[in-house]
Amino acid sequence: MSAPPAYTQYHPRWYRTPVRTLWWLRRRSYLLFILRELSSVFVAWFVVFLLLLVHAVSRGNNEYQRFLHWASNPWVLLVNVVALAFVALHAVTWFDLTPKAIVVRLRGKRVPSAWIAGSSYLAWAAVSALVTWLVLGG
Amino acid sequence: MANNITLQVTRYRPEQDAEPTVQEYEVPLRKDWAVLDGLNYIKDHQDGTLSYRWSCRMGICGSCGMTVNGEPKLTCATFLTDYEPGPVRVEPLGNFPLIRDLVVEIGDFLRKLPKVKPWIVRGEDASVPEGEYLQTPAQMDEYMQFSMCINCMLCYAACPVYGLDPDFIGPAAIALAQRYNLDSRDKGAADRLEVLIHPDGIWGCTFVGECTRACPKDVDPAGAIQRYKLTAAMQSIKALLLPRGAR
Repeated sequence: MSAPPAYTQYHPRWYRTPVRTLWWLRRRSYLLFILRELSSVFVAWFVVFLLLLVHAVSRGNNEYQRFLHWASNPWVLLVNVVALAFVALHAVTWFDLTPKAIVVRLRGKRVPSAWIAGSSYLAWAAVSALVTWLVLGG
Repeated sequence: MANNITLQVTRYRPEQDAEPTVQEYEVPLRKDWAVLDGLNYIKDHQDGTLSYRWSCRMGICGSCGMTVNGEPKLTCATFLTDYEPGPVRVEPLGNFPLIRDLVVEIGDFLRKLPKVKPWIVRGEDASVPEGEYLQTPAQMDEYMQFSMCINCMLCYAACPVYGLDPDFIGPAAIALAQRYNLDSRDKGAADRLEVLIHPDGIWGCTFVGECTRACPKDVDPAGAIQRYKLTAAMQSIKALLLPRGAR
């Protein structure tokens, strides 16, 4: 006769795979997700930058000139270039999300995703053009 | 075409192993064989101790979900020839505790699912002589896609948010809530609202989109979640701006 089977206890010992610190490098979509989460820090940085600008303007020309001088520091420029890239990523991923969230039906048919995302980009371009006109030409 | 292909299968025997190991098996490579057929061949001819779940072999029951070469897949719908010349890594579904070999503990999902009331809520049922609840094809189209969910949990295995925060209610539960919310016969949207707008509900999702890519039935849980975020946001704005009677 063969040996009796080794019975397990009623409650099995579950194994939980630990999450590795660099799990987000495993897949492009995970990396993009982490970069998008990180972009919120740079969005916040732009808000702070804008508030500093408004504060400087409110305190007269001298303070404004001092702000401009500080803002032309190479490291501030570098931070702003990186921040711009992250904010662009933030905006693009946001607009690409819109067709998932908004479902429009025209004459019973669902409007294609490209139209909804496209109209968001158009609105973005229109607002940007308006702001540019206000700042430079208005 | 080679005659055989190697499967590298995760083994975990809790009575003897401290952590999972990998065991290699050679199985016949046939044109019409899915990974599940390979596992069944091992079980029948090479090693009867290998444990895994399966039932229908036709992408309906949702029980044979595993990780194949790093991707969450239904093993009955994943063909060995697509991985030629191999080897093929067969691991348990990610993000779930492992019980034995390829069998994971799914109690967490089964406890979460009924919380969103994935059935038609009516309040008061119509009497039999009043007849069926009729629906137009357009009304059916609204939720049809989400009704394709087979509870296979591949989306949970693909979702990094669920991996990091197991309290997140998860993609399939939200997609199934939407399946009933968008059904013209259902009156339970208000009942589901509280569970869905909880911090562990839709707002846990950061739209990685992997759930939609992993879904073998094209349910698009990521789309369902983003749609519900918009609905919930509109509800909050209405609650803030409108008098109680007009909401």
